[in-house]
Amino acid sequence: MTTLLIAEHDNKALNEATLRAASAAAQLGDGFDVLVAGEGAGDVAAEAAKIAGAGKVLHADNAAFANQLAEPVADLIVSLADGYDAIVAPATSNWKNALPRVAALLDVMQISDITEVVSGDTFVRPIYAGNAFQKVQTSDAKKVITVRTTAFEAAATDGSASVEAVDNAPDNAISSFKSEQLAGGDRVDLASAKVVVSGGRAFGSKEKFNELLEPLADKLGAALGASRAAVDAGYAPNDWQVGQTGKVVAPKLYIAIGISGAIQHLAGMKDSTTIVAINTDEDAPIFSVADYGLVGDLFELVPELTSALD
Amino acid sequence: MKILVPVKRVVDYNVKIRVKADGTGVDLANVKMSMNPFDEIAVEEALKLKEAGKAEEVIVVSIGPEKAQETLRTGLAMGADRGILIKTDETVEPLDVAKLLKAVVDEEQPKLVILGKQAIDDDANQTGQMLGALLGWGQGTFAYDVELSDDGVDVTREVDGGLQTVSLSLPAIITTDLRLNEPRYASLPNIMKAKKKPLDTKEPGDYGVEIKNRLTVLETTEPPKRAAGIKVGSVAELVDKLKNEAGAI
Repeated sequence: MTTLLIAEHDNKALNEATLRAASAAAQLGDGFDVLVAGEGAGDVAAEAAKIAGAGKVLHADNAAFANQLAEPVADLIVSLADGYDAIVAPATSNWKNALPRVAALLDVMQISDITEVVSGDTFVRPIYAGNAFQKVQTSDAKKVITVRTTAFEAAATDGSASVEAVDNAPDNAISSFKSEQLAGGDRVDLASAKVVVSGGRAFGSKEKFNELLEPLADKLGAALGASRAAVDAGYAPNDWQVGQTGKVVAPKLYIAIGISGAIQHLAGMKDSTTIVAINTDEDAPIFSVADYGLVGDLFELVPELTSALD
Repeated sequence: MKILVPVKRVVDYNVKIRVKADGTGVDLANVKMSMNPFDEIAVEEALKLKEAGKAEEVIVVSIGPEKAQETLRTGLAMGADRGILIKTDETVEPLDVAKLLKAVVDEEQPKLVILGKQAIDDDANQTGQMLGALLGWGQGTFAYDVELSDDGVDVTREVDGGLQTVSLSLPAIITTDLRLNEPRYASLPNIMKAKKKPLDTKEPGDYGVEIKNRLTVLETTEPPKRAAGIKVGSVAELVDKLKNEAGAI
């Protein structure tokens, strides 16, 4: 069966999440095409053409797709769906937003956040914040799937697919883009970082959070993350939240500092290769998933760790 | 205008669930159940809009067993005006939930439907978007801020990398994220009052929707457990282990 893989990108570059979803798409069977919907995203389409295993790249270039609004992109995907047996996208915020719309328009029950492809119609996905996994088989002829990217390796980029323009102009009178505030900056992306340093409410203030964690993250080339409590307290921006309903990460090294380890937080990081926890409370649940635990005062230990990494 | 708020009865977020040993599912016997936390935020947002004079009526609706009445009563005790229970003992997948909610929308004609972005049991994150598609309405998912005016609503959304604001024409769908508001607790007098508020009980058939599950759960398993780690005594020991044992730095 042929799959349509939906690319995650920012009109400038292809997001690595796409490569990971490509691995899941490849496991479904008879190859996949890639859809790049955006505005002026020619470079992204060229990058997508290099995804190993891609049959062809469909490039939809239209101002309506510039911000990946759910309504026009869902209509576009539905207009292309006839030629495909499955539609697959990474479970990024864009596709968590738009893909269920596609599924409903196709009268398909979406399978969210898969962690394993068992066969063409059977998949494994987490429930209850990853405290259980369900193996589900779908009876829908067409599959609509989002992929938990941490569960799949990135596909290689040595392919050379052709790029075709698709010209399905959407008619969207119900939603429009108004503005965005993106953090940007030099810091590596949380979702794809090799090392993540996360802080909790124990920092006590935004100033201390930044003052202590930024130098450590700089030393390690790490992305910064946070617990829900730290985000709610205003120490860190929303999109740094690691957990069940925030970002799910699985870096090579995850350092949790001043984070007690609520099950919702553990759900977002417990697949990391090596986990370090620093906490004053030796009974904190975070230690139950940590490979290395250090009990003590973070205000002393974090600067000490930072200078020990010289 | 009316606001419709769908609410789901789920295992309380503080409960650590247990997978049944025979792999047939999650053990829900004698487990504390509560309103899905994101749905509480949805109810709160609807009530705030009503208190600001921007809505006249807040209707809560739930699809589930008889006991989902308790979840509706929680919503009524928070301040919703009336409730609708669509009673079924079957598992209802998000697609059928969306079809049932569409039928309720067709009947009640709300201008806004505010839903939780995901239920913390199945973690599907689908129903609001599916309802938007079936109704042909715009959607503001993962809402961080909602600004309602006469002819539309601006929804600021939590997205990868920051925040995005979209403008939607009405009627519209909103799904809530954690930072939208802080849900109120129901006071004892309001809990008492809620018992007298109207609550209609219906069945899926009353809306002409047949529950047709597409997914068969073949097996439910526990995630692999991480091997227990060790406590280290100092930063120097930690750095040494990370370098020489784990190869992590």
